[in-house]
Parts: sequence; C-alpha cells; structure tokens
Amino acid sequence: MRIAKVIGTTISTIKDEKLTGRKLLIVRPTDETGEVYGQPYVAVDTLDAGVGDLVLTAHGSGGRQTYLTRNSPVDAVIMAVIDHMEVSGKVVWRKGSI
Amino acid sequence: MEIARVIGTTISTIKDEKVRGSKLLIVRQTNATGEIVGKSYVAVDLVDAGVGDLVLTGQGSSARQTYQTKDCPVDAVVMAVIDHLEVDGEVVFRKT
Repeated sequence: MRIAKVIGTTISTIKDEKLTGRKLLIVRPTDETGEVYGQPYVAVDTLDAGVGDLVLTAHGSGGRQTYLTRNSPVDAVIMAVIDHMEVSGKVVWRKGSI
Repeated sequence: MEIARVIGTTISTIKDEKVRGSKLLIVRQTNATGEIVGKSYVAVDLVDAGVGDLVLTGQGSSARQTYQTKDCPVDAVVMAVIDHLEVDGEVVFRKT
C-alpha cells in the first residue's frame, strides 16, 4: 500500500454505472513523514476520508477487494485513514497536528 | 519479492473491515546488502516483524495468497524475516 495525502475530489456526471455514488478523491503519495512527492492519482474512498487526511491506498486488483469496489473499473482504493505513524519508535506524524 | 527494511508502523482506527487487526508496517526497499534504496510503502505483517528487521515483501495479487489477506484490499505483505543474506558466497547481511 502507498501512503498518500488527500488533496481534493473529482466530480463527474458521466461515468461507468458501477462508479455511481462512489467518492473519487485526488491523492498524492507521501513519504513516511507525510511529505508529499510525485504526481497525484485518484482513488475510490470507502471510508469517508477528507482533504488533508493521510491514507493508505491499495492498488491494482487489490483495489477491487472491498465491498464497494468489487467488480468495478477501479485500480486504487483508500482502505485506511492514518491516525499516526511511528518511525524508529518516534511519532513522526499525527492526524490533526499538521 | 523485494528485500525491504522495516522502518516504522502506521496506526489507523478507520480502515476497511477486512484489514482490522492487521499490523501495517512502513518498509523501504533495500539492495542486496540491506542498504535502503527506494521509497517507503506499507505492507501487512504476517510474521511479527519489527522495526529494523530486513524482510521479504510480496506485492500485487500474490499478497492476497495468504489466509490472513485472502480477498482483502491489500497489495503488499511481509512474508519472511531475513536472518542473513549471501551474495557470491559471502554473507553480506546478518540479523543482529
């Protein structure tokens, strides 16, 4: 899974019927301290994540293993919202502190 | 599989119901001698690895070939903890 920060949402009226009602969030990968890098991508949100949240995204066929994305044209899903991250025993990121 | 070093953990309350109870470790890919080379990613821990351990990770659909991760929204698992690495007949890494 990748660590990623939610930076926005996409809204689209015309989409595959299996995506109807699905929230499509724009996220950017981050390192283990929450610093963003790289290009944004879009992941289906199954957990009601919000802008600014750090999340974990599962990719490829792993993105279709949730009840909301099964058999859908989806290759990335948010499967966890991160509360905090510890690296080498120290808390390096905590939700709400940044 | 990739050789990777465990550098930390992620803690999350809100997560897909199928990954509740799974330990999610932050790892970074290493080269054949255990030096970190890649970006960090997160893998489900199957073998009770700890921070500092060198491990093997399986990715993609192979990550769901275990009892714990079958049909789960998971794309990486830690499936082995490395005791030592040998390259060209020489031990280049040994777990301390």
